[in-house]
Amino acid sequence: MSQTAGGDDPVLPFTPAELAEIEAEAVAAVAAAADLAALEEAERLALGKRSRFSLLYQQLGQLAPAGRKEAGQRLHQLRRRLEDLVDERRSELEAAGRLARLRGDRLDLTEVVGGELAGHLHLVTEVREQLEDIFVGMGYEIAEGPEVETDWYNFEALNIGPDHPARGSTDTFFLELDGAQGESYLLRTQTSPVQIHLLERGRLPIYAVAPGRTYRRDTADATHLPGFHQIEGLVVDHGVTMGDLAGTIETFIRALFGGEVSTRLRPAHFPFTEPSAEFEISCQICAGAGCRTCSMTGWIELGGCGMVHPNVFVATGVDPEEWTGFAFGFGIDRLAIMRHGIADLRSFVENDVRFLSQF
Amino acid sequence: MRAPLSWLRELTPLATEPGDSQAVAELASELDSLGLVVEKVDRVGEGLDEVVLARVLEISPIAGADRIRRVVVDRGEGETVEVVCGAWNFEEGDVVPLAPVGSELPGGFKIERRKMRGQVSNGMLCSARELALSEDHEGILVLARPEGGQPASVELGQSLGEHLGIGRDVVFDLDIETNRPDCLSMLGIARDLAARYGLPLLVPEPVLAESEPAAASLASVEIEAPELCSRFVARVLTGLLPALSPPLVQRRLHLAGMRPINHVVDASNYVMLELGQPNHPYDLDQLGGRGLRVRAAHPGESIVTLDGEARILGGRPPRGGEEATAKDAVICNLNDLPVGIAGVMGGRASEIGEETSSVLVEVAHFDALAVGRTSRHLGLRTEASARFERGVDPEGLERAAARFCELVVQAAVAAGVEPPKVARGIAEATAVAFAPTRLEVRPARVNALLGTSLGADEMVALLSPVGYRAQPSEEEGTLEIVVPSFRPDVRAEVDVVEEVARTYGYRKITPTERRSPMVGRLERPQQLRRRLRRVLSGVGAHEAWTTSIVGAEEQLLAGVRSELVQLANPMVAEENVMRAGLLAGLLKALRYNAGHRNGWLRLFEIGDVFAARTNEEGRRLPDEREMLAVLLAREDDGAAQAVQVWRVLEDALGLAGVRLLQPGLAGDEAGDRAGEDLGDGLEPRLSGLHPARAAFLVADKEAARLEGSRPADDVVLGVLGEVDPEVLAAFGLYDRRVGWIALDMGRLLSAPRRPELAAPVSRYPSSDIDLAFSVAEEVPAARVEETIAVAAGELRETLHLFDVYRGPGLEEGRRSLAYRLRLVAQDRTLTDDEVAEVRRRCIEAVEGALGAKLRA
Repeated sequence: MSQTAGGDDPVLPFTPAELAEIEAEAVAAVAAAADLAALEEAERLALGKRSRFSLLYQQLGQLAPAGRKEAGQRLHQLRRRLEDLVDERRSELEAAGRLARLRGDRLDLTEVVGGELAGHLHLVTEVREQLEDIFVGMGYEIAEGPEVETDWYNFEALNIGPDHPARGSTDTFFLELDGAQGESYLLRTQTSPVQIHLLERGRLPIYAVAPGRTYRRDTADATHLPGFHQIEGLVVDHGVTMGDLAGTIETFIRALFGGEVSTRLRPAHFPFTEPSAEFEISCQICAGAGCRTCSMTGWIELGGCGMVHPNVFVATGVDPEEWTGFAFGFGIDRLAIMRHGIADLRSFVENDVRFLSQF
Repeated sequence: MRAPLSWLRELTPLATEPGDSQAVAELASELDSLGLVVEKVDRVGEGLDEVVLARVLEISPIAGADRIRRVVVDRGEGETVEVVCGAWNFEEGDVVPLAPVGSELPGGFKIERRKMRGQVSNGMLCSARELALSEDHEGILVLARPEGGQPASVELGQSLGEHLGIGRDVVFDLDIETNRPDCLSMLGIARDLAARYGLPLLVPEPVLAESEPAAASLASVEIEAPELCSRFVARVLTGLLPALSPPLVQRRLHLAGMRPINHVVDASNYVMLELGQPNHPYDLDQLGGRGLRVRAAHPGESIVTLDGEARILGGRPPRGGEEATAKDAVICNLNDLPVGIAGVMGGRASEIGEETSSVLVEVAHFDALAVGRTSRHLGLRTEASARFERGVDPEGLERAAARFCELVVQAAVAAGVEPPKVARGIAEATAVAFAPTRLEVRPARVNALLGTSLGADEMVALLSPVGYRAQPSEEEGTLEIVVPSFRPDVRAEVDVVEEVARTYGYRKITPTERRSPMVGRLERPQQLRRRLRRVLSGVGAHEAWTTSIVGAEEQLLAGVRSELVQLANPMVAEENVMRAGLLAGLLKALRYNAGHRNGWLRLFEIGDVFAARTNEEGRRLPDEREMLAVLLAREDDGAAQAVQVWRVLEDALGLAGVRLLQPGLAGDEAGDRAGEDLGDGLEPRLSGLHPARAAFLVADKEAARLEGSRPADDVVLGVLGEVDPEVLAAFGLYDRRVGWIALDMGRLLSAPRRPELAAPVSRYPSSDIDLAFSVAEEVPAARVEETIAVAAGELRETLHLFDVYRGPGLEEGRRSLAYRLRLVAQDRTLTDDEVAEVRRRCIEAVEGALGAKLRA
């Protein structure tokens, strides 16, 4: 506020002290207002029609023009200040009120009761789907076949002759069903019959994997179940080599375990592949240094593989001179127990929810 | 196959020392890479250095102990040691092994000073088993006894290892694949190693001092069944005296896992282990007609084998796919009485005993398939049958026979008894002369299969050391390969490809990239499965895996009515059929969890079920289908859970109108009759479910056509509802309701779906009408809803039941069903008149068709 000095000062209806007093009173009243109603009352007392401020204002008209302008300005400024003060106080009171209201609505978020948890897929499904995804990514189809097969698909076409020990009733579950021409129905002992279905389909080349349930006459124990899961791979194309087999196994094992894993082949024997091999991966527990899991060898045997035996091609009407291929297979359940440190395979079929909900 | 390193080193000069664990590990790795898989590596002979020879000076009782005695021994240089011993088989003056305090026995057992019954024991006297020398644990190993009143002349205090000449050794426990019968012998394993390391193979060449008369004049052999035995060789020893084998032979047999018996039996086993040729020594004087004959067993013929068991031969009906003429081969004396089962086990009657003075050793080549069959059907697998059924070397008979004689003679000499005389030559019969397999092998084909670029000469260099003979063939670019006689499994070019790969080293084949030219993707059934799994886990259901091989009774209890697929050879009688439904398995899983106080849960399973169906020819054929089942066992109403979860599935799968067809509601004959058993096989059924709380799920467009008739088989997708309380009780579950959904996955896949084209969403405001009707209990709510939907026509945006009420204000036998119908038009805001008109139509339709009354 500018103070004018000198004797020609216009005559004002109030002294500066009087204005200051009005202002001080109003500021105190606004500040003291504890709620909106009190604030309204304070505003009315400070600026209402009967307020000292209004009385002064009403006197303006009686002043000489020069004084009127000066006095009007001062009063106007005062009103603006007081109005701002009230607005400010109102916002404060409103915010405090809202906060108080919501405080009453407080909820301790850690005291919430119940709520649904997600169900869990079976670990074997999780691993199977992961394998499927890897092979889909490699351009493979996911093939499937029945669990009840004939000895043609499970044995004969796979170059497992009638006198092969595997065809005895020690390892294979036979069924009381009547096959055509003396054929027997049985529960497939491996996913390899899907190879025969794929080859008989006659659409070449083939890049496929076939996961599924298989059966063997094993007594259930920590490492065996009479029903278990395998995945089979089959690739048939022009010029497929054993080097391709080694490379393919390396690729999907890397995809499965991440980069830090090596694979190797060693000679083995399966009737439906020649040459045949077991494939091993470097031990994931000790990183190849040797531990109990890998019997100090640094390597863990994962599955069997090999080049498709020409007899399998001949049995399914595929020319082995034109087409070559490889096949591989391994246990999904075994992979799962190995990766998750599961001590007993029977946990898989107990369906204990305390086990199921871990994965 | 247990192969001691020392034995292998006798056959090829491997540099590997048994004490060098690095070198042993490397050798094991090479064995692995040759396909001779090392399952275990046993270190033996360790600890024998610390065990010393001691003479028993004094044996005295311990007060209050009747099983143990105090023994004072002299461990050399006059030093005496007091020990406590529980064995009674030795006397004062005997020389025994003492493990002093501080020593460690093979296997890691540490000897400490102990106090028993107040008597301090400063060491331990050891049995042969405790020293890992043999299985003998009958008593303390007595190393020497006083002779003629004179103490045995041994060096007391000498280490036992030194005394027995047993050094450290390593035994490889090898898993030999069925295609490598040659490696069921030390010679075969040594051959592979010699080739891998470029070392010579030292094949045993027996040297015999033969004497007249000729073996052929002392005994004769005959083959009556050429299909069972191609060649039979025998040698004869006379003037035999009893003896034990020298320690080295005993030790090797023990390490290889066989029990030493006497020098004749041991020689026989030793030859089998060393050369892979099973053989059998007979007491020649016990052989009627002084000879042997191989023939097919007569049906029902019996023989008591060495193990004392009576075995019935030849009386077995042929298995499927087997020739009806498949016979057991039996060995007879020349009076035609059986004395052994060919290739499996000898008979008891002609066993070698203390009195045996003449031995005829049988070394024959029996048919692999015949021995395999006989061994399987007798359930009798022996070291011999395991070798014969895989195929032994038809060219190795003479060597094996001679080696046997050599070993018996050597054993007698070592034991200090008069050695037997070896009759000159052999007695033999040849039914089928051996002809080696000759194969044409194309080196280009080998490289094409392996992805290698080996030259033909390199291949020959790889194959020759393992017994193949190879030379360029007349045909350009091919090799003529003569397969060694000990590899009967090598029959085709591709088998030689494997041999090249194996001897070259699988690990040296460079991995190459092969890319699929196709786009990989999941097929629709696979996508469906995944979606179902995600949706069901979203409603809190855990995925179960229940077993497919189950008991028939539990299937019946769970309402299965189809003909079950029986197992011909179940493991246990209680698990003898394939499951025809998933209910029993999931109820068992529920009971298991309930038993662990986790019984309020949801489970689901996707898996195959099986039934037998009989075709027109009367043959029983398998029916296999993939099913989804959901078990809803939360505390809420079971049937309601089933409907609610089904609605989630229906919505998530985008199914367009599958309807519930519930039997037992009046006016719905379809439903009534559907309650009867439908069709056969694996058709979805309501059996096992609560009769008044279960419904079929039927594809809607078909259902319309089926009004008034029972649903045709091909349109029922599945069932849902609540499990019959009686079934629950049969599975030990009481006082609870359990919801159930079972769906045929194949049909679910082809169920009608919402159209793929997008339906436009209206931009205009919608209007709601609430309609509450009093409806007779017999009228399904679904019919009311359907009627309203038809009456509302195109303006209907949504319609759903929001309240069901029974009680005051309603007549007996009626309930109130309240629906909210939301109307909207694509092109305008509906007027009050239009909405009122729809309302009127809906009321008229429901009241007119269903005998319902609008409630005020």
